[in-house]
Amino acid sequence: MTLDTRGLTAERCIQLLDGREISCRELVSAYLDRIAREDGPIHAFLRTRRESALAEADALDRDGRSGLAGVPIALKDILCTRGEETTAGSRILAGHLPIYDAGCVTRVKEAGLIALGKTNMDEFAMGSSTENSAFGVTHNPWAPDRVPGGSSGGSSAAVAAGFAPLALGTDTGGSIRQPAALCGVVGMKPTYGAVSRYGLIAFASSLDQVGPFALTVRDCALLLSAIAAHDRCDTTSVEMPEPVRVPDAETLAGVRIGVPWALLEQGVEAGVRASFEESLARAEGLGAAISEVALANAEHALPAYYLIAPAEASANLARFDGVRYGLRVEEPGDSVADMYGRTRAAGFGDEVKRRIMLGTYALSAGYYDAYYGMAQRVRTMIRRDFDSAFAEVDLIATPTSPTVAFGIGERIDDPWAMYASDVLTVPANLAGLPGISIPSGLADGLPVGFQLIGPAFAENRILEAAHALEQAIGFDPVPPALRVTA
Amino acid sequence: MSPEARWEPVIGLEIHVQLSTESKMFCRCANRFGDEPNTLTCPVCLGHPGALPTVNEGAVERAIQIGLALNSEIAESCLFHRKNYFYPDSPKAYQISQYDEPICSGGHLDVDGARIGITRAHLEEDAAKLVHAGGAGGRIAGSDYSLVDFNRCGTPLVEIVTEPDLRSPEQAVAFLSLLRNTLQTIGVSDCDMEKGSFRCDANVSVRPAGSDRLGTKTELKNMNSFKFLGDGMAAEIVRQVEILDSGGDVRQETLHYDPATRELHARRSKEEADDYRYFPEPDLVPLAPPRQMVDRLARELPELPAARIARFRADHGLSAQDATDLNASPRVAAYFEEVARESGDAKAAADWVRNQPAAVGLIPAAGLAALIRLIATGTITSTIARQDLYPQLERDPSADPGELVEQQGLAAIGDADELGQMVDQVIAQNPAFVEQFRGGKDGVINALVGQVMKQTRGRADARRVQELLRERLTV
Amino acid sequence: MSRGTAAAGESAPGASVILPAVAITRDDVLHVARLARLSLTDDEAATMEGQLSTILGHVDALSGLDLAAVEPTTHALGEPDVTRPDEARPSWPREAVLENAPAAQDGAFRVPAT
Repeated sequence: MTLDTRGLTAERCIQLLDGREISCRELVSAYLDRIAREDGPIHAFLRTRRESALAEADALDRDGRSGLAGVPIALKDILCTRGEETTAGSRILAGHLPIYDAGCVTRVKEAGLIALGKTNMDEFAMGSSTENSAFGVTHNPWAPDRVPGGSSGGSSAAVAAGFAPLALGTDTGGSIRQPAALCGVVGMKPTYGAVSRYGLIAFASSLDQVGPFALTVRDCALLLSAIAAHDRCDTTSVEMPEPVRVPDAETLAGVRIGVPWALLEQGVEAGVRASFEESLARAEGLGAAISEVALANAEHALPAYYLIAPAEASANLARFDGVRYGLRVEEPGDSVADMYGRTRAAGFGDEVKRRIMLGTYALSAGYYDAYYGMAQRVRTMIRRDFDSAFAEVDLIATPTSPTVAFGIGERIDDPWAMYASDVLTVPANLAGLPGISIPSGLADGLPVGFQLIGPAFAENRILEAAHALEQAIGFDPVPPALRVTA
Repeated sequence: MSPEARWEPVIGLEIHVQLSTESKMFCRCANRFGDEPNTLTCPVCLGHPGALPTVNEGAVERAIQIGLALNSEIAESCLFHRKNYFYPDSPKAYQISQYDEPICSGGHLDVDGARIGITRAHLEEDAAKLVHAGGAGGRIAGSDYSLVDFNRCGTPLVEIVTEPDLRSPEQAVAFLSLLRNTLQTIGVSDCDMEKGSFRCDANVSVRPAGSDRLGTKTELKNMNSFKFLGDGMAAEIVRQVEILDSGGDVRQETLHYDPATRELHARRSKEEADDYRYFPEPDLVPLAPPRQMVDRLARELPELPAARIARFRADHGLSAQDATDLNASPRVAAYFEEVARESGDAKAAADWVRNQPAAVGLIPAAGLAALIRLIATGTITSTIARQDLYPQLERDPSADPGELVEQQGLAAIGDADELGQMVDQVIAQNPAFVEQFRGGKDGVINALVGQVMKQTRGRADARRVQELLRERLTV
Repeated sequence: MSRGTAAAGESAPGASVILPAVAITRDDVLHVARLARLSLTDDEAATMEGQLSTILGHVDALSGLDLAAVEPTTHALGEPDVTRPDEARPSWPREAVLENAPAAQDGAFRVPAT
């Protein structure tokens, strides 16, 4: 009888492995088999690595294991895995085999986690629905006609569907937290610098962070503690002042939570608002003191983000020129400039082109001060807002996403409507602060996420509070749609 | 009035210096020249997806040393910027450089009494090497292509920009010579123009003599020797003067020097509009060199050529020209000083080192110094030293001059009797000259001196010989 | 580059900065596409014109802010002055490096003429 992986946490996996109730091979096989059987319609994975994963499992079974070793994990296809295809969801990197491992991938390997495969994503992490992937859309395990969120939609869906107990994603403007909310799982963006960006194919360098997906806050903490470390290959990475702990708080007594109510006026759906307020009440019931905070400039975060991120991206994506790797499109008689133009036109999707254009424009002569320069000042104001708020409260709470999962195809033709999904997550990226999304409940049968943001390096504070609240909420992360299958 | 008098050239220079570090600027690939193509690369210097730069501390120190040597201000905090442009030699399609917050600002270098201002010096990474191949010219399908070698890509560079304070190609070359010497002295680069570790572009314009407004400048590139630089700048000045004299306007453009034809040609620019879209490099935190580090580097700075030239003049009484010549390179200067010290005669040491540049590195300073002392004590004549002893030292640098003198009987004839005998002999053998001399032709004495010198095979002091001759002949 | 009817104002201390009114033209689009080395079809350029104008219109919301006295944030967090010792380590083997090359020749990356 195969193990039922739906709702199976990493902690439970470790228990089973430690107690020798199951071998690593059996555990990994159970996940791989489920993927093979059920990922067709969902399309969370771009490719799996069955042979390698089983070989790694066998080695652990033979040589012994401890801690997280043997627990399966899914990796967003934006993380370089040496010798294994890494596409960043783009045609321009189809078939690309990196010549080195990302820093966080090295940490994953050192911890003995077993990568099952690479997950689908919006191309170059640009998107909030995973509809911008060059390799097909991922479907939300809660409803096949809905998006899983983005850009880490594949990783989020994989965890929600029981294809992996843990996954890594990346968050630049909400790309872990928002899909976590839409898929009813836990997702966390660490403090900027806590996890190495070496080997993370860059979208916006000053905003990108690698982070964990899991079914529970404790699992999330386990994975985060495995990957958070200073990496000398990334000079923006820092050693966390205190190590990440697995939380066990049961109350929120003494915890002051601030809510920026004004920000919630920006298009938050009624059902989402209701679920958020319900969870807030639970927090209060656990002893938290709820108050209002003013993040006066947070309403400007979205425009500022959509200047800074595309600007940095326009430079980060300029290296895709067909010279040293990736797609090359060339006609006889072409100059090198012609080759660049054809290669990039054929290799990049619409959203990527749009953001490259936007970013190039924002940096161009005569426009720098008004656009990029201005946005960086707004960023300072947003950081100051958070600093002031955290002088009064310990954590800030908001719904993670203004809406539940929207329909596939619903927003793809309206870029700004798509960008609006990020309005509640983007401020934390601009300020470099950590944030988590935990399932809050359902609205119209679809998951709603509850976000907690903390000061820099307050991961433990966030994890403790999130854990206590999660226990009180008691959300069942297995989508009813999936309970139908055996 | 001649064109030279009517028009004043205005020249500014942009110098790129490759630093002599162990590793590259932003990755730990070896910083070496001459290896097989693409054998000194890694994901970072190849611009692979996900790769990140890390700052080389050795490059930062050398940049600070350069700033200190140029009397610049070292920034308390500075930023790296991305300079965005597409070209096959630029793997990220941006160069990590510095824009409006460079590590060194201001400064100057004094050259032959003129103070040449330095605008700034900053750190950046070098590009890859592009070699054009295939069909000759044009773009015949499939036959014209380039090959890219990324070994050089990421080598640390310091770019030094001067104020437009130079007023002639000669002065510009003198400046570059002193700058190169200075950089070699502080040990930050081997400044080898052939290997490309010292590169210079010139910004040249011309204005009416006496005006203080700047004319339109052109940028001159691809001059990889001091000779080409001098020729290129001179040719451009002539060209601009001709245009302006005929009432035209100089067009702002970039000109490439062709060493084969010795001509400057306009090249179509790499970027249609040079919009580099500079923005702060998000992958690198601000660079804030600790004050202790800057102070230590300042303390450890060796004596710079400019200072040494001044000291040679003051301490050794050398002329400006001699002092400058002896500071052509740190090696020459050090050699001269050692010879001067060991011989105790700076002027003689200066003469010998200047006139026999091959001695530097060949003949131990002690040897040359010994030679000088032998002359000074009258043990040998300067003729013997020049014609006989020195050539022997060149052939066998480890020889001891004193021993050679003894073994080969090269000592000057100091004994009055011996010399007197030779003088008498020559007088006896040359009655015709004697006759002429006594008859009033004073100049003939030189021929008689020459005879004595021949007989003594240079071992007599020519003045003493002449004295003796005159004594004996005016009897 | 055309900038529509509103002038881009200078930021005097205490004054608000006025962003250009967003009338991005076809020429602007083509110029930016050239800078970014993106070959756009006519249809794509037309669509881009509309979409960029809309997005920039939203972004225009920043124009009312008085931020002349505020320092820009260039880096979110992180210690200043992080450098590494000047030490070399072995480079990647050339075969690995050239394996990804779309076109290689004589140990080098081959590209069309510039």
